[in-house]
Amino acid sequence: MYHTLTVLVANSPGVLYRVVGLFSRRGFNIESLAVGQTENENVSRMTIVVEGDALVLEQVTKQLRKLIDVIKVSDITAEEFVARELVLAKVTANPAQRGEIMQIADIFRARIVDLGRRTLTLECTGDEAKIKAFEESLRPYGIKELVRTGKIALLRGSKYAGVNNIKEEAL
Amino acid sequence: MEVGGSKLEVTAAQALVQALEQENIPIVFGYPGGSTLPVYDVLASSAIKHVLVRHEQGAVFAANGYARATGRVGVCIATSGPGATNLVTGIADAYMDSVPLVIFTGQVPTTQVGTDAFQEVDITGITVPITKHNYLVKDHRKLLQTIKNAFYIAATGRPGPVLIDLPQDILKNKISFRYPKNISLQSYKPVLEGHFGKINEAARLINKSRRPVIYAGGGILISQACEELKQLAEIISAPVTNTFRGLSCIPGEHPLFLGMLGLHGTRYANLAVTECDLLIALGVRFDDRVTGKVASFAPEAKIIHVDIDPAEIGKNVRIQVPIVGDVKVVLQALLPLLKKTDRAAWLQRIEELKKLYPLFYHQENVLKPQFVLEELCRLTDGEAVIATDVGQHQMWTAQYYRFKKPGAIISSGGLGAMGFGLPAAIGAQLGLPGEKVILVTGDGSFQMTMSELATMVEQKLPLKIFILNNQTLGMVRQLQEFYYDKRYFGVNFEFIPDFVVLAKAYGIPGYNIRTPDKLTEQLPEILNAPGPVLVNCLIDPLENVLPMALNGQNF
Ligand SMILES: Cc1ncc(C[n+]2csc(CCOP(=O)(O)OP(=O)(O)O)c2C)c(N)n1
Ligand SMILES: [Mg+2]
Repeated sequence: MYHTLTVLVANSPGVLYRVVGLFSRRGFNIESLAVGQTENENVSRMTIVVEGDALVLEQVTKQLRKLIDVIKVSDITAEEFVARELVLAKVTANPAQRGEIMQIADIFRARIVDLGRRTLTLECTGDEAKIKAFEESLRPYGIKELVRTGKIALLRGSKYAGVNNIKEEAL
Repeated sequence: MEVGGSKLEVTAAQALVQALEQENIPIVFGYPGGSTLPVYDVLASSAIKHVLVRHEQGAVFAANGYARATGRVGVCIATSGPGATNLVTGIADAYMDSVPLVIFTGQVPTTQVGTDAFQEVDITGITVPITKHNYLVKDHRKLLQTIKNAFYIAATGRPGPVLIDLPQDILKNKISFRYPKNISLQSYKPVLEGHFGKINEAARLINKSRRPVIYAGGGILISQACEELKQLAEIISAPVTNTFRGLSCIPGEHPLFLGMLGLHGTRYANLAVTECDLLIALGVRFDDRVTGKVASFAPEAKIIHVDIDPAEIGKNVRIQVPIVGDVKVVLQALLPLLKKTDRAAWLQRIEELKKLYPLFYHQENVLKPQFVLEELCRLTDGEAVIATDVGQHQMWTAQYYRFKKPGAIISSGGLGAMGFGLPAAIGAQLGLPGEKVILVTGDGSFQMTMSELATMVEQKLPLKIFILNNQTLGMVRQLQEFYYDKRYFGVNFEFIPDFVVLAKAYGIPGYNIRTPDKLTEQLPEILNAPGPVLVNCLIDPLENVLPMALNGQNF
């Protein structure tokens, strides 16, 4: 089963290496990983999708918590959360096909972000199911290149793990 | 430092040495090189003793032996590149056995980091999986807080090694020395107190159990909970078995002591675990050398597991009562909840097992290694500090030396690193100048780091070195005997130096001993010699470590 972890880490050099190294060293499978700065420039938030049963997940979270640079680990799988992924896809599009592709884009509320002589590049955000459907609908036209950001997620509602007050010296 | 109102600026190297003084570090083990010269230049005039080893592995093993013997943080320092890589085995050993170390490595100047400069290696990258944490100091203004944090991280919670990589230019920059009073760590807060509800639950299980066994490991030594452990065992009449790392946390002569468990543990310890209805696991990690096949480990037992490292709980074995906390603090909370119980039937069964399956060997005219250990134990009254190397001699030490003093065994358990013995014994003796420190080593292991004999002599250390010389890599030979149909290959040395002559080259008296009689006759004099002695014990080359639980089967 897939679990979504959000991991707050100190924005220190090597922190990504420490986290990724931990996964590979202990044989945990990362399905996707997205990292970026939070509202506090000293803190980054990682959204990690990991496959495993309850025991594996328990180990993953415990081992992550042992890293000194890790501030907080939450497995939000069982909670209400908003998850999004961004995909960019470059598809073959002869002038005759452009209209059809633009309709597909409309359906998925995707946007055309670039136009080539024979290609269109589309941008789409959404949850996993939507991104998958989007990809499937484009496939018949010929996907030349595709890139996904990996999932990012936040809990719904007013619950949050505030990091605004964490100072650089404390990390 | 305030002088006439203005802060006195010092170099970062000076600040580093002053920080060590603030941390009350009396001794560092090291080997110099270009990139650490700024530190060496300051160390020269510091009260901190610098022990010059002969190989960086010797420095980190010595710091490791020092830390194990004293319970304090061991400190070592090496230069960039090869100096740093030579530390790797010793760091891994400290990581596996939870030994607190702070390791300083030199690094090429910040301007050259990442350019494959001369003697540049990414030592922080290399040591990520074998340190509790590490730092590359890129800003001299952060040096002191880094050192403060490093010592705190190394020594608290589950201890371990912390490495600080120091680019050379950083060391020359000026800073004002103000050693921080506090650590600054956002999320690192080891939990010491156990969960009260869980402790109550543990007490209930213990009070109603009929056949409890205590499985005690290195955590007991680290948290100095030996007295609480003894009380626990005596109040609830439970036998105690030790992991290798936990040996000496209960006196070897204690009637409730079962000896070590696991692969080379006593048969009765393993059987007691198999028969018990409650396993009280304290400061242990259910290592594969202990459990064998997990499915048949303690099959009838509920398990209580106390450990300071939450990740150890439930890692290998399902636990009924998990308690995260410092084992001493947890035991202090647990003890008042326990009913004093006799459990006569269970203890009788234990005695029966001890009688049925004792540790034994056949005494013959050739010198038996087990006899050497028994004699050493008898003549030191079990009160020596014993450092060992890795192999059969290490297991015989574990089985036959009955330790009286907590922490008196200095040995590489989790990593099993040959070459650990001599440098670790040097570190232990420097940390415990008043104690009798004995090294029990093998002909193979000793040859890995015997260059440190020079360090021992230089430091005027009265180590008593016993090489249990079977002229072979005995432990590996034993594996080939059992699992590879006696196809011995790559284990028998065709050339072994004359260790007595070697000792002479270092100005140390040396003896060859071939028979049990000679051993008994000469041992008192050897042990009482004021200086170092090397004893080459020519033991039966075919002796095996028994019992040995066979692969996959439960012992
Ligand atoms: C650095 C290292 N290399 C290899 C091994 C594998 N190994 C384990 S025990 C052993 C033999 C040790 O020989 P010796 O020191 O003579 O001890 P003995 O077993 O003969 O008592 C070897 C090679 C090891 N543990 N450590
Ligand atoms: Mg040998």
